[in-house]
Amino acid sequence: MLDDFMMRATLAGVGVAFAAAPLGCFVVWRRMAYFGDATAHAAILGVALSLALQMSIFPGALIVALIMAIAVTLLSGRGYAMDTLLGVLAHSSLAFGLVAVSFLSGIRIDLMAYLFGDILAVSRSDLLVIWGGAALVVALIAWRWSQLLTATLNEELAYASGVDPKREQLILTLSLAVTVAVAIKVVGVLLIAAMLIIPAAAARSLARSPETMAMIAAAIGAFSAIAGLRAAYIFDTPAGPSIVCVTAVLFACFSLTGWQTRRQV
Amino acid sequence: MTLITVENLSVRYGANTVLRHVDMTIEFGEIVTIVGPNGSGKTSLLRAIIGATKPVAGQVSLKPGLKIGYVPQKLHIDPTLPISVERFMRLTNRVSRNQCAEALETAGVPDLLKRQMSQLSGGQFQRVLLARALINRPDVLLLDEATQGLDQPGSAAFYRQIEDVRRETGCAILMISHELHVVMSASDRVICLNGHVCCEGSPAVVASAPEYRALFGTGTGGALALYRHDHDHDHDHCEHSQEAAE
Repeated sequence: MLDDFMMRATLAGVGVAFAAAPLGCFVVWRRMAYFGDATAHAAILGVALSLALQMSIFPGALIVALIMAIAVTLLSGRGYAMDTLLGVLAHSSLAFGLVAVSFLSGIRIDLMAYLFGDILAVSRSDLLVIWGGAALVVALIAWRWSQLLTATLNEELAYASGVDPKREQLILTLSLAVTVAVAIKVVGVLLIAAMLIIPAAAARSLARSPETMAMIAAAIGAFSAIAGLRAAYIFDTPAGPSIVCVTAVLFACFSLTGWQTRRQV
Repeated sequence: MTLITVENLSVRYGANTVLRHVDMTIEFGEIVTIVGPNGSGKTSLLRAIIGATKPVAGQVSLKPGLKIGYVPQKLHIDPTLPISVERFMRLTNRVSRNQCAEALETAGVPDLLKRQMSQLSGGQFQRVLLARALINRPDVLLLDEATQGLDQPGSAAFYRQIEDVRRETGCAILMISHELHVVMSASDRVICLNGHVCCEGSPAVVASAPEYRALFGTGTGGALALYRHDHDHDHDHCEHSQEAAE
């Protein structure tokens, strides 16, 4: 079954969708959409470094994404507004990454594969990394779910309930770095944020509780991965962007119907 | 029985010292109100008590096993977060649905259990916060300007409720308030804060204290008096408010 490249691609897409859905909900609730972007852009620098050091992509991307995520957490609230800070870090790390890649003259690399993902080239070992990472993220978020929600609602309320919001923020940040690192191959650096945010945003109008929102987001993400790959196969379009297009269309449909029903009430 | 002891507490944000050498205690069952102008460190004091702010000096000691109920100044729930009143109340509290329903009834807002938090009015929202803070039978309730955004009848009803809670459960209450007339009628003890404890005691004692009058003027009912800051008296807080401005 895993011999078929389409099967491997589909499994990879679904794996990323499962990790991205609950995490994406927190990204949306906490208004950290650019945080995902910044971490993802930093990962390109990680890809360049891994290639230079001739190690595999995943640990390199993961380490740089982690450093980026922690740097943003530490720097926030020190003079610059969060969006300015993220803009500076995201685009400069992307630029440094692209420049660093150009120095690697000895190795022929297809940078497009990392910017837009190369889901059709997913190997068995990639699948293992993706599902391992996704399982880790989902387990971590499920384990801390109530505490994460409390910290998201209000910092003081969290402290008074014995929850340390800084620790919960760190857990989200780490999960984000892991998700970005495993998703690079599937949708690429430029579209990872889309996989985080769009399914969660699309699920909002259908959900009445935080848990259902995360589950609906996972369903939307998984469906998009399957349908997007099918569409890419039929119309011969790039796979990663096709997946994101399907999510975007679902978002538009659900938002419009949600808006309609709300107007009728 | 002392529930909370604050000793020689100093809190600093960057170069800005917001609290210095604050001492205070909360005893079982008493209602204590903190008054003070904006920027006088009231919220910082509450944050230090719940452990949200690390002091640079001094310490906060809580009675072992002390249960704190906390009602924040303002709670913004992002509209993208769907959460019902019941889910919100049971998030960190191990309580049954019936206990939630009872707590809401006590707080004067029955039948809200299934409603979404985002659909509540300001008054309903504050009462849900109060119900949530009370549900675990706290030993002490901390209220940070909990009536902000409520109209006058709403806030009067809110304070009546607080008194009922104290009478029924014996829980101590530490609150920050800008509504001096309420403070003066409802509190056992008032602490006047302005970077340090200016004066404290029964409402009558505090109202006649020169430090209090210097901060709030002689009329305690006037809302305007709250923010007026006379500079004709000498106080070291004047120095650090200037430091902060620089």
